[in-house]
Amino acid sequence: MAKEKKEKVVENMETEVVAEDTRKVVLMQGNEAVARGALAAGLDFYAGYPITPSTEIAEILSEELPKKGGKFIQMEDEIASICAIIGASLAGAKAMTATSGPGFSLMQEGIGFAKATETPCVVVDVQRGGVSTGLPTKPSQGDIMQSKWGSHGDNPAIVLYPHTVKECYELAIRAINLSEKYRTCVTLLLDEVLGHMREAVKLPDISNVRIVNRLRPTVPPEWYKHYDENQKYISPVASYGEGYRFHVTGLAHDALGFPTNKASEVAAQMKRLKRKITHNIRDLVQIESYMMEDATVAIFAVGICARSAKAAIKAAREYGIKVGLLRPITIWPFPDDAVKKMLRDVDTIIVPELNEGQLINELHRLTKDKADGKIIPIQRSDGEMITPTHIFRVIKEAH
Amino acid sequence: MSQVFRKEVRFSGSGGQGLILDGIVLARAGVLDNYKVTQTQSYGPESRGGSSRADTIISDGDIYYPEAQNIDILVALTQVACDKFIFEMKEDGILIVDNNLVKNISVSIGKIYEEPFTEITLEKLGTELPMNIVTLAFMVKITKIVSEKSLEQAIRDSVKPMHIELNIKAMNLGFDLAKKYL
Repeated sequence: MAKEKKEKVVENMETEVVAEDTRKVVLMQGNEAVARGALAAGLDFYAGYPITPSTEIAEILSEELPKKGGKFIQMEDEIASICAIIGASLAGAKAMTATSGPGFSLMQEGIGFAKATETPCVVVDVQRGGVSTGLPTKPSQGDIMQSKWGSHGDNPAIVLYPHTVKECYELAIRAINLSEKYRTCVTLLLDEVLGHMREAVKLPDISNVRIVNRLRPTVPPEWYKHYDENQKYISPVASYGEGYRFHVTGLAHDALGFPTNKASEVAAQMKRLKRKITHNIRDLVQIESYMMEDATVAIFAVGICARSAKAAIKAAREYGIKVGLLRPITIWPFPDDAVKKMLRDVDTIIVPELNEGQLINELHRLTKDKADGKIIPIQRSDGEMITPTHIFRVIKEAH
Repeated sequence: MSQVFRKEVRFSGSGGQGLILDGIVLARAGVLDNYKVTQTQSYGPESRGGSSRADTIISDGDIYYPEAQNIDILVALTQVACDKFIFEMKEDGILIVDNNLVKNISVSIGKIYEEPFTEITLEKLGTELPMNIVTLAFMVKITKIVSEKSLEQAIRDSVKPMHIELNIKAMNLGFDLAKKYL
């Protein structure tokens, strides 16, 4: 039957975990998996200000990082936290912070600075409900757009979105790897439910984890350019204290890092920031196609809503309804090609999301037929989840 | 399709009763018995008081949606929790309540077990704190959802070393209370 068929296709799975799991199964929380993944990826430095529902990440790293010679600092607020990890990264550390919506808002200025100065770092946002301090212990997917547009200016965004505890581990590694590879600030978005959820998982031996380190300069210090225009998108990066001199500023800057107003130099910087995303879409975008081969109805969902969707699909398939799921694992850059293909291939697309409509606008951007009823929203922002029963009912009505 | 084993358990009551620990211990025992497991919780911003619940799903198939929707086993330790969640139970579900805290059970349900867990815990162990483990052990003995051996190991893995002895006593008290029903 259908279940026996190849039901899950993850495209472009250059996975960070290169060998099958050998260790025993453990019960682990999503937040703990993020912390363990970051440690596996070689995290050296964490600075943060605790906030529900992300606090366990800080708690675990405060214990584990010092054991391996890393540094943990509890800062006075989120602005200081993002600035501390940028400083640590400039000194050569793999650095991360974790927060929730209210803290993520405060961090936006620093996130823009990290992107403009091409400083590798990772921000984990375990989303909670509501506008402002909202609902600390309830789920929401309200930061999908903030993770792309929260910081001003045309900044490049790489944002990953797990839906299982195991994926929290894998994507924490991938987030750090991508930040190193592309010299940028990468965001890992979690749902509150996933951050706090415990699940039976097998984690790989750390020796089976693929680790990426930033390119280091091979030239003598006097030849070093912090933003080498001869390199295509990502130039090698020296650390403070190694004898290489460079200037770091959020102002538009030239190859050495000094402020410039010269249009050609500003254009070069902006082009580089843009192209590191647009020229690497195939490397960055990961999606999961679940039972999509014969689907006439598709669900487009991320995180916890994708789990509700899978349960609903299982029920609907038993009724003979051909329904599948397209799940972006990388939400930014947005998987335009996969979504365009879905828009061509199916009659109806259902978009369940725990907000007032954020992902759905991206689908509208990619289709000309906005008003034909092909794209059906399911939106909820009251702190409760969208249940499989709810999605199943909409599938049946749409079918 | 072969019938998969799947049980949805909800521990419900008020913040501070130890319900989330119950959910975690049961989940850990499920892992030791080689099941697939998810454990979620819902509570307010306060650390004590307010309504609190923990869901543990134990299955030999994949678990997608991690919250209980058709509850097989409900442990209710406040009247409010019982009134609210009894309607999310399966008709043949098992309801376990502390009958000093839950006085009215509004609808008939498969099987109902009523014991003054909090009072007995205080009387036998000198503190009501491990009432959650007494209740959990009672439930496991009645339902056999996980093995008693795995439950004991899960308790040992989940509480601080200084509290293991008390919690193992609490487990045995829960097992003893269940014996009269078996």
